[in-house]
Amino acid sequence: MANAPGVRGRFEDYALLWLLTAVIAVLSAVPLARLVLEAVRPGGVFSLDAIRRVLESATTWSATGHSLVVAVGGTLLAVTIGGLVALAVTLTDIRARNAFVFVFVMPLLLAPQVVALAWIQMFGPSSALLKMLGIAPPLGTPNPLYSPGGIVLVLGVQYSPLVFLTLRAGLRALPQELIEAALAGGARPRTVVRSIVVPLMTPPLLAGVALCFVSCLGNFGIPALLGIPGNYLVLPTLIYQRLAGLGPDALSQVAVLSVLIGLIAMVGIVVQDAMLARRDFRTTTATVEARAFELKRWRPFVEGALWTLSFLTLMLPLVALVTMSLVPALGVPLTAKTATLDSYRFVLFMHAASHRAFVNSFSMAAVAAVMIVVIAVPLAYFLVWRRSRLLHAVSLVTEAPYALPGVVVGIAAILLFLKPLPIVGITLYNTIWIILFCYVARFLALGLRPVVSGYHQLDRTLEEAAQIAGARLFRRLATVILPLVAPAAAAGALLIFLTAFNELTVSALLWSTGAETLGVVFFSFQQGGDTNYASALGVLTICVSVLLMLSTILLVGRLPRGVLPWRD
Amino acid sequence: MARLTITGLTKAFAAFRALDDVTLEVGDGEFVAILGPSGCGKTTLLRQVAGFDRPDAGRIEIGERVVSSVARHVPPEERRIGIVFQSYALWPHMSVADNVAYGLTVTGVRDPERARRVKDALALVELDGFASRRPANLSGGQRQRVALARCLVTEPSLVLLDEPLANLDVHLRASMEREFARFHARTGTTMIYITHDQAEAMALADRIAVMDKGRVLQYATPSLLYREPADATVARFIGEGIVLPVTVAAVHGDGTCDIVAFGATTRMRCAPRGVERGPASACVRAAGLRIVEPGAPGVTMRTTGVIYQGGHFRIEGVVESAPAIALHLHVEEPCALAEGSRVTVAVDDGWVIPAAALG
Repeated sequence: MANAPGVRGRFEDYALLWLLTAVIAVLSAVPLARLVLEAVRPGGVFSLDAIRRVLESATTWSATGHSLVVAVGGTLLAVTIGGLVALAVTLTDIRARNAFVFVFVMPLLLAPQVVALAWIQMFGPSSALLKMLGIAPPLGTPNPLYSPGGIVLVLGVQYSPLVFLTLRAGLRALPQELIEAALAGGARPRTVVRSIVVPLMTPPLLAGVALCFVSCLGNFGIPALLGIPGNYLVLPTLIYQRLAGLGPDALSQVAVLSVLIGLIAMVGIVVQDAMLARRDFRTTTATVEARAFELKRWRPFVEGALWTLSFLTLMLPLVALVTMSLVPALGVPLTAKTATLDSYRFVLFMHAASHRAFVNSFSMAAVAAVMIVVIAVPLAYFLVWRRSRLLHAVSLVTEAPYALPGVVVGIAAILLFLKPLPIVGITLYNTIWIILFCYVARFLALGLRPVVSGYHQLDRTLEEAAQIAGARLFRRLATVILPLVAPAAAAGALLIFLTAFNELTVSALLWSTGAETLGVVFFSFQQGGDTNYASALGVLTICVSVLLMLSTILLVGRLPRGVLPWRD
Repeated sequence: MARLTITGLTKAFAAFRALDDVTLEVGDGEFVAILGPSGCGKTTLLRQVAGFDRPDAGRIEIGERVVSSVARHVPPEERRIGIVFQSYALWPHMSVADNVAYGLTVTGVRDPERARRVKDALALVELDGFASRRPANLSGGQRQRVALARCLVTEPSLVLLDEPLANLDVHLRASMEREFARFHARTGTTMIYITHDQAEAMALADRIAVMDKGRVLQYATPSLLYREPADATVARFIGEGIVLPVTVAAVHGDGTCDIVAFGATTRMRCAPRGVERGPASACVRAAGLRIVEPGAPGVTMRTTGVIYQGGHFRIEGVVESAPAIALHLHVEEPCALAEGSRVTVAVDDGWVIPAAALG
């Protein structure tokens, strides 16, 4: 030791650093590179044929047009709802704020395809709820949601919490003195909002807009349920149909389509990055919050408007979904006599694929969450405390699979794993492992953010004390750092679990018999007209999600502020 | 074995020189305080000794072993030193006993040896019976002692204390100060104590290194620092010294000289060598100034403040012929002086600052 000080310590440092770099490269850089390669070198031979064929196809451009229409429309709606709610919740003295935030943010954590089905059940001739109330339109009337407007409506509601969260973080970081100075200068609250708050909120608002645009663009579940019946295809559903119809032969074409949607998303990502300057949109460092404006006699009206909004956009659709899940068949009204738990019994106990899907989704979500935490804790250590330049560059790549639409990652994974892996000769395609790979790649960024916030709140001398005591890196990570960032890591793991558990986009492309996810089984029930089974499955997944969100009450006080979106 | 030798240590952050050619030698078993205002480089020095940062130039040796140089860097976990952090840095998820035992576990000490040493260390800081508590359930002083026990249980050759009393209230500080002193006497460990509080440094240290702007200005015993400051900065920093422009009129061989200050002649202490006739700076202190009858030899001062400090008054004023020079001294109760009055002040004692550090 006297001759070569620090050799083992340095070995641990370098080994971990390069291992992490390699893991991230495999998870994000390699698949994306493979995808781009396929677009220009289909089947290994350089050719622009695939690109030309895709770009010459009218379907491509109609789907691109549709994608832009619903993404822009959904974003506008989400910004309107999310923006107004953020102002009302943050700047005024409304009561029961925590409860409202929980309810308002909830749709974001539910499966989009389940939310879409819930909305479908609110309208149309077969709605069990409308039938029960006796106000269902006559048979043959088209469901108004099977339209671009319907897609925009559900996308807008689904992603308004994103705008809300971005803006709320921005409003919280707004220095209180700026508002007080304006008030002291004699400005009325309304003037203060117009002349001070809104101009200062432009960067977070634009960031929220960009984030929302990318999410709407990449969403598969909502346009799949609402668009496919009316043959209104967007890019993700077009890619899904091409792949489902033609199989791996269509890979070059779908690769080009994936690159196309990826490029459109990049515009949004670049805008968002520039606006947030790479700041975590859910965290805020402000400790002093702006004093709330007193609404006085308007308070009950504002509160009433907010709760009515969440009643109409969340509770009513859910009631419609539950109603549907309780009727024996499509078109039967719900009465005391017709009500049955048969659908639940079927999906829980009788349907083998549903049973497998529960096991698969549960275990994959759990394994992905654990694996990501195992990667994120040392990764965040190097990012935050070592400020490793290599890893900083690498970490930009970790964002890509999360920021890009899910279909991009899915297609990239197919290309990467279609052939047996070199050396070991194992084929991951058509197994559950390819889905798990995509989950880890796609949700790494989601789990990394809370862990990074956790490190920022930690006093580094805690690590230095362990170092002085003689502990090398691995031991410090295991005995001191991991226990201290555990609450933040648990929050990240929970976010990953919820997202993966409700996931459809990736698994719709990658599933195979035996490797179904809940999203896939739900989707095939709905495609096959078994709406009551789909509803029952949807209600069950919502119950699991809400219970998990409520369970975070146990972590109260141990989490950095802002890591869990539904916890105010 | 536990000597610390720092030679020519330099560390720059961009254009800012946090450490500028620092040379310091700490003997085995010595208690040395590094004293200076915040931003003087004392924390940077501590981090260098601990091994958290690497130097740009220079060298640190612990015992006979080079631990830091440009070419060679022993990581902190292999330096076998102890640190008491300002924030204590106790691990909140471990009990007091686990905190203390950590360093032993890491180096492969196992029960019953480990349990015995943890028990001894806790007994040493008088925390027997607290072993199973969590740090969160301890008072500030108790946390301090746990940090001390944790740092000493591995018997490090060198202990670094980073402003360990800064987070304690005044009463606790005094008792912890005594405790550190007792502790040092009992264990004989070499200790480096970082502080900005000169009373603390004076009370505890065998020697004090005064730092400013990344440099060590003077490294001496507390008494020498007080009586014979090496330059004007040290003179002003330690004990609120007053620096006067004087003229050396005659140098005696016995370490004294005659000086003229504002027309008054008096005798002052000076270095046996290196002081020559001519302009110089002298350091005088409140205790060396005395108000005398008007007309007696002395400096004429206009008082600008009379502040009661319990039992005595602090008189502040400026030299009438040079209003930029502020003086202060103490006068016993009762005192009839009023602000703005003119008094004659005799200089009983002073120290001529060596010419190399004129200013």
